[in-house]
Amino acid sequence: MVDFVTGLRCRECAREFPAEALHVCDYCFGPLEVAYDYERIAATVSRERIEAGPRSIWRYRDLLPVDDERPVDLGAGFTPLVRADRLAAELGLGELWIKDDTANPTGSFKDRVVSVALTKARQLGFKVAACASTGNLANSVAAHAARAGMDSVVLIPHDLEAAKVTMTAVYGGTVIAVEGTYDDVNRLCAELTSERPGWAFVNVNVRTYYAEGSKTLAFEIAEQLGWQAPDHVVVPIGSGSQLTKVAKGFAELGKVGLLPEEPAVRVSGAQAEGCSPVATAFLEGTDAIRPVKPKTIAKSLAIGNPADGWYALEVLRRTGGSCAAVTDGEVIEAIGLLARTEGIFAETAGGVTIATLGKLAASGAIRRDERVVALVTGHGLKTVEALTDSPLSGPAATIAPTLAAFEAAIDYQETETDR
Amino acid sequence: MSLTVRIPTQLRPLTGGAGEVEVEGSTVGDALKALDASHPGMADRLFDEAGNLRRFVNVFLADEDVRFLDGLATPVPSGQTLSIVPAVAGG
Repeated sequence: MVDFVTGLRCRECAREFPAEALHVCDYCFGPLEVAYDYERIAATVSRERIEAGPRSIWRYRDLLPVDDERPVDLGAGFTPLVRADRLAAELGLGELWIKDDTANPTGSFKDRVVSVALTKARQLGFKVAACASTGNLANSVAAHAARAGMDSVVLIPHDLEAAKVTMTAVYGGTVIAVEGTYDDVNRLCAELTSERPGWAFVNVNVRTYYAEGSKTLAFEIAEQLGWQAPDHVVVPIGSGSQLTKVAKGFAELGKVGLLPEEPAVRVSGAQAEGCSPVATAFLEGTDAIRPVKPKTIAKSLAIGNPADGWYALEVLRRTGGSCAAVTDGEVIEAIGLLARTEGIFAETAGGVTIATLGKLAASGAIRRDERVVALVTGHGLKTVEALTDSPLSGPAATIAPTLAAFEAAIDYQETETDR
Repeated sequence: MSLTVRIPTQLRPLTGGAGEVEVEGSTVGDALKALDASHPGMADRLFDEAGNLRRFVNVFLADEDVRFLDGLATPVPSGQTLSIVPAVAGG
């Protein structure tokens, strides 16, 4: 077990800390970031070494903040990167790819971050895994804790989608529904961290390690494109952590020599109009992110006070990316569009990404000559409620089991080539 | 007017380990200044050079982020609880 971590460092004031369960600078409350010895990583890592590794995030172990002979692993990562020509044609784009993270073990990208977080938590001696979640993280923490033989305590807003609650409770941990928004749940967990120092709150006291798991999205995209970076990625924004870490991942590939130089990848963000503090700040050209009270069907992105909002904004501007917000109606349309053009069923957050992709393509913020990757980060079965009032949710007709009834109901016209 | 301030782990070295401290004050700002008076060093940690709450410090009055209220000028009724919470969490 060799990792290349030299310690933790405050992003705001650069004070240094040991690689323990710490997420916040003691002095200024700024977020801590894992510091690596990149020279040693560069001397160790290679494309061949990665390609010989497991078909999971752990093939990139040299670039993760924890190493372990037997990580807490359900097989997260190495999800399909699929060329999306039919969707590209609909949106007026050139080369478009979908990173299909619906294919993860619990159906969302959260398996990447949780596998990293709980592997580190177990090494640090924690026996209980906890989190505040909008649903996807809850599913993943409960499942990975079960896998690791740890207890889990998962706190969620009381109004989550039914599938997300069942997909958490089934693993046998403790699920607590809180009467409030995600931001209320999160604040409670931030306070609980002080009262329950023996628990690993994956997105609080082990957040520094957890967040690093999202870098694997960038690593995989580059490897799956034949060790090339895309020109432009579109990433949904909840807390802003994933977007920030995807940018970091691409930069690290250059830093350790897996790509010839640090690639210039434009990173754009996607939010729902009912919860768009980062998009609003971006479009207003300000640094001030005003917290909001979320109201959107994209519950997995319904974070009104995003912890990494500042840093996400910085990435959007520094990389020449853009940001937009879309309505709930546009989200539902986009879920249908992605499904009927590419055969991928996304949750509402994926609808946010695809709708934003369309909007940025139409405005010219994403150019036709760019190689574009859009991140679809969660499975549609988790949020079927969102489609309840949509024609996409039911059969075209319900009929008696007779030929006549079928002929009366069907208006499908075969073409010659169908026969 | 007396109120309770909840102290996060990161600041407990300044309170001798106490998780709650009683202070006097009629606004959020007054209460936090009183906290600094009784536990020197607090202000330095909570406020930036301009005297605003640091970017990554959240303060809640009962369950509401004071940024949704009147910020440091928010009046605090006696007997209420103020919570100081690191902003970096979640997601």
